[in-house]
Amino acid sequence: MRSPYRTALTRVGLEPDLARDAGVAALAAGVVGVAFGAVSVAADLPLWAPVLMSVVVFAGASQFLLVGLLAAGAGPLAAVAAALLVNARHLPFGMALADVVGRGGPWQRALAAHLLIDESAAMALAQRDPGRRRRAFWACGLFLFAAWNVGVLAGATAGSALDTTALGLDAALPALLLALVLPALRDDAGTRRAALAGAVLAVVLTPVLPAGLPVLVALLGLVLLGRTRPATPVRVPEVSA
Amino acid sequence: MSTAGLLLAIAVLGAGTWAMRAAGPWLRARTELPAGLERVVTAAAVVLLTALVVTSAVLADGGPAGVARPAGVLVGGLLAWRRAPLVVVVVAAAAAAALLRLAGLP
Repeated sequence: MRSPYRTALTRVGLEPDLARDAGVAALAAGVVGVAFGAVSVAADLPLWAPVLMSVVVFAGASQFLLVGLLAAGAGPLAAVAAALLVNARHLPFGMALADVVGRGGPWQRALAAHLLIDESAAMALAQRDPGRRRRAFWACGLFLFAAWNVGVLAGATAGSALDTTALGLDAALPALLLALVLPALRDDAGTRRAALAGAVLAVVLTPVLPAGLPVLVALLGLVLLGRTRPATPVRVPEVSA
Repeated sequence: MSTAGLLLAIAVLGAGTWAMRAAGPWLRARTELPAGLERVVTAAAVVLLTALVVTSAVLADGGPAGVARPAGVLVGGLLAWRRAPLVVVVVAAAAAAALLRLAGLP
């Protein structure tokens, strides 16, 4: 078992530790996908809707919000606008990962953009080496895309008796993202200050602002970033246009 | 909701989301960022992710998420701080939250 698996990894140049971490993220997201498929069908959407949406949109939080709003009888225009606001954070993610997402030919760039999600961004940002950054991004994005869509299809067809909260799975993805941002928070006091202030701001504002906006307002925490340089400088490689 | 309306909603959300994802690298390829701002751009992603972690850990549907979920995330965070492998972090976070709920905590 182990040896052919390793051989396959070596062939695509993917380190076993990155493959394992991407696999963990994909499994955790796949389970959430099952829940999404089940919730959508329970909200009286036709089977194809969650399945198509998961391939075309591929952004969990905004998909849950869209289905929730449509089920609550919101107008489609308002529902789509609210879901788009939740996804606005991908723009700054793309700026931070321009060396990865903006690399290669137009088709490669287009696919990379589609695979830009919280998990693939966090996993890439956690890597120092430019090569590992790229491989972490692609492995996480592709594994997660496969697992998410299989999960959604399974949840939508099975209707599902999967109780994700009883299994504690609602804690899994936040914990995964936390583990991935922890090195950056540990290494750079300025980033730590900014992130903590931003998080407090986001929590306080969540009850009064529409979904997605509190996380964006957290960017105001960056005023506390200061000039302190990280102990070991994190170099973002030049963007190859 | 009509099939056409649903298809349109999915298409617009998909296209809009993709455009925002592609806009980041597109902007970076067209603007020369001063050296100091490189760090701000990277920190911005970390700030967003941290805010996402904290809000999704302590809040659910705009209200408090109870005890089990934040406690589970905290257990995962402590293990990550001790540099535990990612799989251990994720499984421990879920297990902690599940056990607390089994014990009757919200």
